[in-house]
Formats: sequence, structure tokens, C-alpha cells
Amino acid sequence: MTTTQDAPKFERSVPKPVFTDAEAGAREFPDSNSRRYNYYTPQKRKQSHYEDVTVDVQPDPRHYLTQGWLYGFADGRGGYPLDWTVLKAWGSDQPSPERGPGSGGMIVKDWPATGWHEFRDPNEEWELTLYRYNSNVVRQVTQNVEAAKASKAFEQWNANWVRFVEQHIGAWMHVDHGLGLYLYANANRRAPTNMHNNAISVNSMHRIRAAQDLALYNLTLSEEIEGFDGSAHLETWNNDPAWQGVRDLAEQLTAIDDWCEAIFAANIVFEPLVGELFRSQLVQQAAPRNGDFVTPTVIGAAEYDFAERDLRYTTAMFELLTNDREFAGHNKAIMSDWASTWTAKSLAAARALQPLWSQPDAKPPRFEDGLDRVKSRFSGIVVSLGLEEPKELAQ
Amino acid sequence: MSRQSVAKAHQKIQELSWEPAYHEPVSHYGTDYTFQKAQKKDPLKQVLRSYFPMQEEKDHRVYGASDGAIRGNMFRQVQERWLEWQKLFLSIIPLPEISAARAMPLLFRTVPNPELHNGQAIQMIDEVRHSTIQQNLKRLYMNNYIDPAGFNSSLRNFQSDYCGTIGRQFAEGFITGDAITAASIYLTIVAETAFTNTLFVAMPAEAAANGDYLLPTVFHSVQSDESRHISNGYATLLMALADEGNHQLLARDLRYAWWNNHRVVDAAIGTFIEYGTKDRRKDRESYAEMWRRWIYDDYYRSYLVPLEKYGLEIPHDLIEESWNQIWNKGYVHEVAQFFATGWLANYWRIDPMTDKDFEWFEYKYPGWYDKYGAWWENYNRLSMPNGHKPIVFEDVDYEYPHRCWTCMVPCLVREDMVMAKVDGQWRTYCHDMCRWTDEVAFRPTYQGRQTPNMGKLIGHREWETLYHGWNWADVVSDMGFVRDDGKTMVAQPHLDLNPDKMWTLDHLRKCPPLASPNVLLNEMSDDERTAFAARYVRGGPAGRAPADA
Ligand SMILES: [Fe+2]
Ligand SMILES: [Fe+2]
Repeated sequence: MTTTQDAPKFERSVPKPVFTDAEAGAREFPDSNSRRYNYYTPQKRKQSHYEDVTVDVQPDPRHYLTQGWLYGFADGRGGYPLDWTVLKAWGSDQPSPERGPGSGGMIVKDWPATGWHEFRDPNEEWELTLYRYNSNVVRQVTQNVEAAKASKAFEQWNANWVRFVEQHIGAWMHVDHGLGLYLYANANRRAPTNMHNNAISVNSMHRIRAAQDLALYNLTLSEEIEGFDGSAHLETWNNDPAWQGVRDLAEQLTAIDDWCEAIFAANIVFEPLVGELFRSQLVQQAAPRNGDFVTPTVIGAAEYDFAERDLRYTTAMFELLTNDREFAGHNKAIMSDWASTWTAKSLAAARALQPLWSQPDAKPPRFEDGLDRVKSRFSGIVVSLGLEEPKELAQ
Repeated sequence: MSRQSVAKAHQKIQELSWEPAYHEPVSHYGTDYTFQKAQKKDPLKQVLRSYFPMQEEKDHRVYGASDGAIRGNMFRQVQERWLEWQKLFLSIIPLPEISAARAMPLLFRTVPNPELHNGQAIQMIDEVRHSTIQQNLKRLYMNNYIDPAGFNSSLRNFQSDYCGTIGRQFAEGFITGDAITAASIYLTIVAETAFTNTLFVAMPAEAAANGDYLLPTVFHSVQSDESRHISNGYATLLMALADEGNHQLLARDLRYAWWNNHRVVDAAIGTFIEYGTKDRRKDRESYAEMWRRWIYDDYYRSYLVPLEKYGLEIPHDLIEESWNQIWNKGYVHEVAQFFATGWLANYWRIDPMTDKDFEWFEYKYPGWYDKYGAWWENYNRLSMPNGHKPIVFEDVDYEYPHRCWTCMVPCLVREDMVMAKVDGQWRTYCHDMCRWTDEVAFRPTYQGRQTPNMGKLIGHREWETLYHGWNWADVVSDMGFVRDDGKTMVAQPHLDLNPDKMWTLDHLRKCPPLASPNVLLNEMSDDERTAFAARYVRGGPAGRAPADA
């Protein structure tokens, strides 16, 4: 270098890059090629990205958690007690390892510690997937509504259909919102593994998003359609006798103490019998006949959430339990009871909705036909879980 | 969405909440706080229609940077000294994150304002984001950094290691006990509002200085969600303050939460920032300087003190005492020295300090060398196996400490150790505040008032108890901190990856058995115990025996 005559260069105080060669493969030594999370067994042959970011984040004293839970409720119980549901997965009845002076970690060698740990969300939801999916939905819904606005699509609606949308489509937002928060979000504290709780929290966001989708759609309609009453949904939800059955039932669902029962009642029973009845058998059928091709795209997003995502993880979760190597019989008996109880309640709520079928000018297919269709779909779901079709379905 | 339409949209979604008419939602969690139902504003003002795309866009940046880092061979410039500590940090932090998600429903029934629940649900899913994005970062380190050991066994490790246990308080404290104490005061008011600044802002800066710009990318992205969570906590705090009956509990919880966060977060993050860095520029901020700025000025002076006028009793004394611990009593240095003493019980490698490090410490913390210099010289001397034992068994004037029953960090500032018989067991505490937390705060009555919802400290809180009487080789195998040749340890007291320089189970086999200080304490006669305590508090600094002993 021959720059001695240059003025001394002002040098800022910044960290200097240093060549460290701390790159994978730079050396061979014990473990230098052990590049996978070695503490869990994958569901399939290869560990998935989803499993890597999910499995074992939530610890378990029956597995690796040697010092036990550190903070408890007033009754001295910490963590995620298995008896927060009456369902059981194999190993649930085995006592927790009793650790103490000189016991060592007593790590359960036989993976997993209980059958609960075998659950994997078939949707493989983690942050990357959940934001991608929901962003796509909100973008698509927004674009659909914008396109409809631009083409003056709402002008084709007859007065009765406008009333139907402001009242009844509007009322459903409350179901989504109430369950999203007080059933699903609530349940994300209660299941014994991270796989369960993450899937449940994603389910929660689907419902809260769907509620907001409907609310914001309602807002757009208030701006676009003269005489559209943006607050009619409140009156309907609070006072319309046709909705009080659904409301009563939605509130009962949020009152369930057992987290498995809550998810079962909501996703195996209520959604197929009431949610799909309302969305797929009523709204999706009636809207096009009444000149409305926009509402089905908004409702369809929620339908897809349920049918293609939320139901999918739910059946995977309960199938494990009805096929459990130790407690299949126990679980099936309890789930059958749940199916009976919630089927009776759901059908009563569904029947109370029947007056909605006669309100639009152009009528959807008959209520009984729609109900038969959802009953047969529901029946397929429970049978696929290894349960009998509840006799209450005949009601 | 335009800002105006976001405001309108937000207004609209307020119509979603409804009062139950037929059945109350299930009430799973209790609190001793009382809340008046009052119309409240959702502090987050977040609508999912804009929230999801915003988060997706943040993801694009994070994952774009990850790809860039790999293509740009970032790991050729990463300091191993730094990345080794990430084996500890990233084994723990996904749990506190996900626990924050799980904590949100604790507030649904206890804070009866549906307007706040929307923000809590968004925080829930934010936390799912944080937990999984951090797991993903660790996975990337495992795949691309020279030494995957410790990353590859991460979530087993933190469940069986005492450091993981210390860190778990910062998770289990969010989800158990009195719902407001846990999910509001401990989680949002103290952990998120005060201490995530050092976690997510100060620490990434240090990572960047050590050649790792992925940690900053991920953690700044995480931090950008944090201000919303702080608003959640603030709204709940103001509501709690509105009822005078809560003031006594708020004072209790702020004291507990502040002190526990200080003990745990300052121990860990202080160590990473001061002992995990190679950046020894004199003008880079020390942890103490960062603490002064982020925690003392930003949190204490600007956030907490203004709340005094609403009746919040601020633990001024504890804030000053925490500073005293960091500045005068060498809290961070004592912790780092302990981590290094006990390197063999861990799952990462700890680089010895060099003259350059000594110089920096002396400059930033005058008097450091006289206290800690000789010990670190010994650490360096004993770092490669050469016929001697690991430093903890060698005579370097360091007495293995007793553990604090409450915060589970050992009683390192020896003069502050207190001892009490609680629940029929003799326990040592690192400080009288930790004794108070166990003996006074976490109890079903407080200052004569019934507190039936308050949580409990449970579990095998002294790690050493489990391995009392065990040979160290068996301890380390039992915890699984062994590499794939079946004998080389994951942990090492140096960074040399030459297999001949690495410690193995064979070296440990020759060491004396592990003895639990707490088991021994409880075996002592009363006289012996009194003498032990009198001697203990005369020890230190730097773990030294009492001068006259
Ligand atoms: Fe977070
Ligand atoms: Fe302590």
C-alpha cells in the first residue's frame, strides 16, 4: 500500500467483521453431522418442518421435564393437567415419575410419554403457514367485495334479500366471534401438548377472522346499499326467536369445562349440523337465486376454513383417541355420549332457524332437504371416527 | 387499508361482542383482584384484515434475510463464543413465547371487558408466531453453524438442565396462579414492558456485532409485535387501579414480578451480552449501561413512575436494589462465573476470557480484575483436559454455591443469602426478596387478607437434589448432553473442536460425586446450620471463601 501521504482516514467505531469459518462442515468432530432435532420421533419417515418448530416446546413431566412444573395454581397443580379432559391417551393412567433426592431425571425412554404426544396437525400450521393462509383469505375476500362494488353488483339485490343479509348473515358473525374467543382461544391453554394448542389457536383465529370478515362486509354494504341497516344484526341476534336457539347453544358451548368436549361439540357436532346447514345449505343456495354472487364468496371462505382445515385437524386429533391402544373403548363411550347430547341440542337449534328458509323471494331448497344433507355428512364424520351415529340424529 | 378505513373498520368490529343471555362462559381461572365492568376501548385497534397481511409482509422480510444469510455464508463470520450461548437462549425462549399465548385466556373471564379480549386474542396468535419463528431460527443455526450439538437436542436439554429450569419461570409464571398476577402483572406489565427491551433490542445488537444478523432480523420482527402487547397490559393495569381494593395486590405483584424478572433476565441476558461477545470496543455499551437506559430510564422513569399518581405503589427500593446488584455487587459477573464453573452440567461451550476481555471489563466495571481476573485465568488454564479435573473440582478459591429456592439462580452475592425453614424444609434464598416471594407473597393470605387464588411455588426446585450422590459421568449421560460418539460431552469449557481437546465422560468418571447443597443443609444439626449461614455470608466476591476462613 502506498497511501502514506493520504490524510488519516476517520474511522467510525463499528464492530469489525472477522473471518471465523464457523460454518457447517468446516470440521469433522463428534456430532458435526448431527443436524436434526433428535429428541422426538417424527410421525412419518422424515421430520417435517412443522414438527421441528412445534414438538416438545411445551414440556411434560412424563417425558423430559425432570424438575417438574415450577409454578402452580392455588391447589398446587401446574402446567397442563391431563385430567382437564376426561378422554385419555395411552399412558395417561400411569403415575408421573416420582422424582426426589438421588432419583436422577427418570426420563421416559419409551417415546412418547403418553399417546397425547402422537398428535400432529395434518394442516401443519405454524406461523409461516397461518399468516400466508389468512392473508390470502382476507385479500381474496376484499378483492371480491371490491369487484362487486365496482360492478354495482349490489344493485341487483331485491329488498327482501337486503333484509336477509343485514339480519341473518349479520347474525352469524356473533357465533364466529363468541366461539372464536371463548371456546377456541380459551381451549388453547388446556391441552397437554403444543401440537394440540397451536392447532386450536389457529382454529380460533379462523373464527375471529371470519367474524370480522362478516362485520366488515356488513360495513361495506351499509355504505353501498341505500337503506341497508348495519345494526340490524344486533337486533336479530338479541331478539329474533329464530336465532335464540343458536345463541343459546353457542353460549352453552362456551360454558363447557372439558377442552376435548368443547372442541368435539363445536367441530364434530355443531359446525356440521348448524354451521354448514346455515352456510352451505342456506346462504350458498339462496344467494345466487336472489342475484347475490358476493355473499357466497365471503361465507365460502369460512366454509373452507372449517371443512378443509379445522375439521381436518379435529378428526385427526379424535381418531387417535378412538383408536388408542389403551383407552379406545373409554374414549368412544364418552364421545358417543357427547355426540348424543350435542346432536340433540344442535338439531333443536337448527330447527329453530327454519323460518329463515322462507324469507328470501327466491327460495333455497327445502329446509328438510338441507338438514338431511348435513345429517348425512355429520353421520359420515362420526362413523369415520369409529363412533355410532347417535340415535338423536333421527329427531 | 387506509388509516381512516382502519379506524372505521375497528369501530365496526366493536359490534361483534355480546353479553351472554343464557349461559356464562366457563370460568377456569381465579383472581383475588376485582374489576368493575366499564366501557373500555380496545387498546390495540387491530383488525385482522390488515393484521394478517402486515404479519405476512414481516415474514417475507425475515425469511428473505434468512435465505440471504445462508447464500452469503454468514456463518463464516459468526463468532462461536456468541452462538454457543444461543444454544441456551433459544432452548428456553420458545416456551415463554408460547406460554404467553396460553396465558391470554386467563384474562377473559377475570377482566370482564370484551373490548380487551380482541387484543388478547391477537396477542395469542402473535405469540404462536414468536415461538415457532424462534424454533425455526434455531433450526437454521443447527443446520448451518459449525457445531450443531446442543441445538440438535435443544428441547430435551432445557427440560432437564438447571438453566432451562431458571428460564422456565419466565413461562410458567405467566400461566398459573392468580390470573391477573400471572397474565397481566408478571407477563405484560413487567416481563414484556420492562424486560423484552433487553431481550429483543439489546441482545440483537450484540448478535450483529458478533457476525449474526439473523437473530436481529427475527427478534426485531418479534419486538415489533410487542408494543401492542404492552398496550394490552396497560389497559388492564388502569382498570385494576380503578378499584382501590386492588392496590395492595398490585403492590405485592409488582414487587414479586420485578424482582423475579431482574433475577432471571438479568442473569441470563447480562451473561450473554457481557461474556458472549467478542466486541470489546470501549464505546460499546455494557449491559449495565443498557440496563440503565432501557430499564431504568425507559421503563422505570418513563412508564412506571407516572403511574404513581393513579395510586400504583412503585417498588422504588427494588429498582434501586437491582441496580445496586448489577453495578456494585457484580450480579452478572457472578452469574457468568457460575455458569462457567458448572460448564459440565450444560449443553453449550463457554469460551475462556482473554486479556482483551479483561481490559474491557476493567474499563467498564472498575475493580473487575481484582475480583474475577484470577479465576478466569484459572478457567483458561484448566480448559483443555490435561490430567486435571474440570475447574469446579480444582482448588481455585471458589466455593460451590447454594441455590435460591425461589429464583433458582444460586445465592451468588454471598452476603445477601438468607435461610429460612419453609413448609418444613430449610431453604436458602439469594436475597431477602426471594425469601419474601416464597414465604410471604405466594401464600393464601397476604397481610391478613385472604388470597385464595394466589399460586404456589412447586417442583424440584433445586436441580442438584435429583442427582445427589451421582457420579458426574452418569449425570451428564442421564441428561443426554453427550455427542454422537457416545462419550464426548456437548458442553466444553473452550471452543476448540479438535476431538483430542474435548472432554469426555471418561474424564468425568474420575471426579467426585455430585452433592446437593440443599440435601446437605437439611441434614445439618441446628448448630451446624447456623454456623454454615454465618460463614456463607462472609464469602465472596467471585465465590471466594471468607477471608479469615
Ligand atoms: Fe412474544
Ligand atoms: Fe433468588
